[in-house]
Amino acid sequence: MTQQVTSKKEEEVIAELDSFAELPDSPPKRKFRLTWVGYVSSAVVAFWLIICVIGPSIAPFHEMDMEGDDSFLPAYSGEYGSFYLGTDYLSRDTLSRILYGARNTIGISLAATLIAYLIGITLGILAAVKGGWIDMGISRVNDAILALPTIMLGLIVIAALGSSIPILIGTAAVIYATSVFRIARALGQDIMVQDFVEAAQTRGEGIWWIIRAEVLPNAAMPLATDFGLRLVFVVLFISSLSFLGLGVQPPASDWGSMVRGNLGGLTYGSYAAIWPALAIASFTIAVNLIVDDISAKSGGSLAKKMV
Amino acid sequence: MMTRMVMQRIGIGFATLWVVSVIIFVATSILPGDVAEIVLGQSATPETLAALRAELGLDQPWYVRYFSWLGDMAVGDLGISKAGGATISSLIGGRLGNTLMMAGWVSVISIPISIALGLWAAMHPGTWLDRIVTFGTLSLISVPEFFIATIAVLVLAVELHWLPSTAYMTGEESFWELMKALAMPLITLVIVVSAQMIRMTRAGILNVMSSPYIEMAILKGVPRGRIIMRHAFYNAIGPIINVIALNLAYLVSGVVIVETIFAYPGLAKLMIDGVQTRDLPLVQACAMIFCGTYVVLILLADIGSILSNPRLRNPK
Repeated sequence: MTQQVTSKKEEEVIAELDSFAELPDSPPKRKFRLTWVGYVSSAVVAFWLIICVIGPSIAPFHEMDMEGDDSFLPAYSGEYGSFYLGTDYLSRDTLSRILYGARNTIGISLAATLIAYLIGITLGILAAVKGGWIDMGISRVNDAILALPTIMLGLIVIAALGSSIPILIGTAAVIYATSVFRIARALGQDIMVQDFVEAAQTRGEGIWWIIRAEVLPNAAMPLATDFGLRLVFVVLFISSLSFLGLGVQPPASDWGSMVRGNLGGLTYGSYAAIWPALAIASFTIAVNLIVDDISAKSGGSLAKKMV
Repeated sequence: MMTRMVMQRIGIGFATLWVVSVIIFVATSILPGDVAEIVLGQSATPETLAALRAELGLDQPWYVRYFSWLGDMAVGDLGISKAGGATISSLIGGRLGNTLMMAGWVSVISIPISIALGLWAAMHPGTWLDRIVTFGTLSLISVPEFFIATIAVLVLAVELHWLPSTAYMTGEESFWELMKALAMPLITLVIVVSAQMIRMTRAGILNVMSSPYIEMAILKGVPRGRIIMRHAFYNAIGPIINVIALNLAYLVSGVVIVETIFAYPGLAKLMIDGVQTRDLPLVQACAMIFCGTYVVLILLADIGSILSNPRLRNPK
């Protein structure tokens, strides 16, 4: 029940590593200049987002082309063309499949996270602003879904409905909307009791005006940071399901299912399972490092700086 | 006050379990396509379908089926698996033991390591060793469990030939052989779970460190190690208990991946096989066990943090 809260707090509490230079009594400056780690991570994320768009057009082969007649070949250039990362268990070009797979893995996760945000923020702000029965009803259902391990929910839905891309996106969106709801509701409640909201209410502003002009702008920054974390969770969720053979179905390429399919090749010294795994890791680590960088920059206390 | 709060939590725990059972039942039963259709498949005629539905009780309204399912489950009758017709209890029996054994070993290894490393990193914030721990654990929690497992296979099984890459067990091996078979999944799970726990322990301590009474201790010149061990640690026990229970709960999802990748004969593997063959009674039973364990662990965490908080323990 409290897992999401704890992991959120953990992110907020990450120590300010670079704050020793500041004097203890100087007020913390609001600045969003990233460290070099942040810049490198942003470059990695940008790279993969670009690959999502242009990946299939720069890939040397089609994702389903079975070139040559040997599986698990190491990187080589031969009569069939150049395989920079070797071939997989069905003698398809690993590099091309990674380039194609970016669209599935990152695309599905982005779509699911965006929908989760749409649902979560709408319901969360609604619950915070309206309160009463609406709040009670939505919150109880939300808590019940949050009380289950995400992978279990995914497995139950897929056992019942089978796996397809719309079902994957829908399942991930609903599961992760619950944690967005919690955060949006908490932020909304904090903002609703501020003096400026009270002033607006006294002025006679309508509820929609307050949401648009007061609540959303003030909740935007924390929600944006949280978006990164949520995206990482969704990528892990989707690729774990694919890895179990229950996510994106072959022959479509997806990083999670590529790792699973090529796992057997490890014993023959083929790295076909390692490359897609590294692709996932580079994306998720980069997103997390950016989030970390931003949250480490915002605020801190005397004791944390001194100890 | 304390007893009331604990009782309240237990009450909420039971309510959650009940809601979980409804979710699992609804998700697997009310959706289109029932077990009878799946069992008969292509050979289904309206008559055979009706006969099988009557035999399985599927012609009853859903609330009757729900309560009979819940009642059966409460007395330990988990139903009959679609595949092969074996009772689910007999399928689960040994598997559950294997999974619990794994979870036990992971806890025994990872909890002391995590608390020690987390404390140590919190004692030296900003040093390059702390940076390595922070960066390393952040990276580890950012990657999927199967990434860590794949790297472990590559290094320990393929390159170094130290360990087998599957956890095949016959049930008759010696302790040493058993350990060798268990090593790879254990290593993977310990890494996954410890990374989370180290970060949360460190964050929990640093959180306490930012409170005014610690500031006071710093200003009056108490050495740093003493502040952490005497002032901060006791107040961080609550959050740390929480972290431990939550991460053992986190094991649930780790176990699903690790049992699959290493072909470990545990409960999660059984459930994945059930999902693949759409053996719904089996999936329901396994999901109920996993979710129940998860809810109970989180309940224990809640109670633990109430008990470790003197303000809640001693009513005014």
